[in-house]
Amino acid sequence: MMISSVRFQLIVIVRLCVLALVLLIFCGISLANEAPLVAEDPVLEKRMLNLAENLRCLVCQNESLAGSRAEFANDLRREIREQMQANKSDNEIIEFLVARYGDFVLYDPPMKPTTWLLWFGPFVFFLGGIVSLIFYLKHRRAQVKESPLTEHQRKRIESLMKAANKD
Amino acid sequence: MTRSLLPLVIFIVVVIFLGVGLTLNPRQVPSPLVDKPAPVFQLQQLHDNDKVFSSEDNIGKVWMLNVWASWCVACRDEHPLLVELSRLGIVPIFGLNYKDQRDTALQWLKQFGDPYVISIADTDGRVGIDYGVYGVPETYVIDKEGIIRYKHIGPVTVKSLEDKILPLINELKG
Repeated sequence: MMISSVRFQLIVIVRLCVLALVLLIFCGISLANEAPLVAEDPVLEKRMLNLAENLRCLVCQNESLAGSRAEFANDLRREIREQMQANKSDNEIIEFLVARYGDFVLYDPPMKPTTWLLWFGPFVFFLGGIVSLIFYLKHRRAQVKESPLTEHQRKRIESLMKAANKD
Repeated sequence: MTRSLLPLVIFIVVVIFLGVGLTLNPRQVPSPLVDKPAPVFQLQQLHDNDKVFSSEDNIGKVWMLNVWASWCVACRDEHPLLVELSRLGIVPIFGLNYKDQRDTALQWLKQFGDPYVISIADTDGRVGIDYGVYGVPETYVIDKEGIIRYKHIGPVTVKSLEDKILPLINELKG
């Protein structure tokens, strides 16, 4: 019984090792596959990545255009690169993308009537919270009435104090 | 009485907001191109490399531009509907074959049917960028003046055709 359980554990350990090895190999392969950064012009590439960092990939919406490996992001990086080579300014490129994909590509939403709620909403909530807190505290203070001591209570305190002072 | 109900009311409002938020589809990003002129392009035709199609050829008619690819699985879902629609002859459908290979694309049309008046090959996806394509299939309705009147993201369904696309096309044809 003992021996078989030891053997069983050994088998499990060996299998885990094999699994770990397989995973490591796969990780190695996928690392080796990672987006080949063809930096023909490192300065331009850096400028492109800086810009793409603040733009959303519409296919994988939680990734930036700089970080995404989706085909779509690849194409847009190529587009940005080409426009930069054509001496377009960052703002012109952003305008180009917004005209096609909408404000959604921007991680930094512009200030305009449709985004007022987004920009000011948190402050409105914060102010609302403060106002209701003040009201609540005022209301509570009004509720807690000072009730004067009765004659009997006052006498009892006096006698207790005297007893304490004597010690 | 109202004091004790207040938290419940706030809770219900929050739940309603959350419920609405959860049922919205984050993939459906409203296109800024709707009601704007459709980007003009000239591209090789898929069936005949020597022929070029220009989007300006379609000025004067109401047409649909359907972005598809043989690698796009969801395109298979909508394809029978498009084939049926082309058979009815209500509206000419033009296909933008997006980032695809010519022979697999042609094979695909042979297999599933060809609803397109003309298929255009956007091999490197540049026209796709101009049209703000980010998820294939996408379908555009373009009016006689060449203005995009509607964009449908994802596979066209019977419901979207009946509720939105066909009424719009009838209205545009006027």
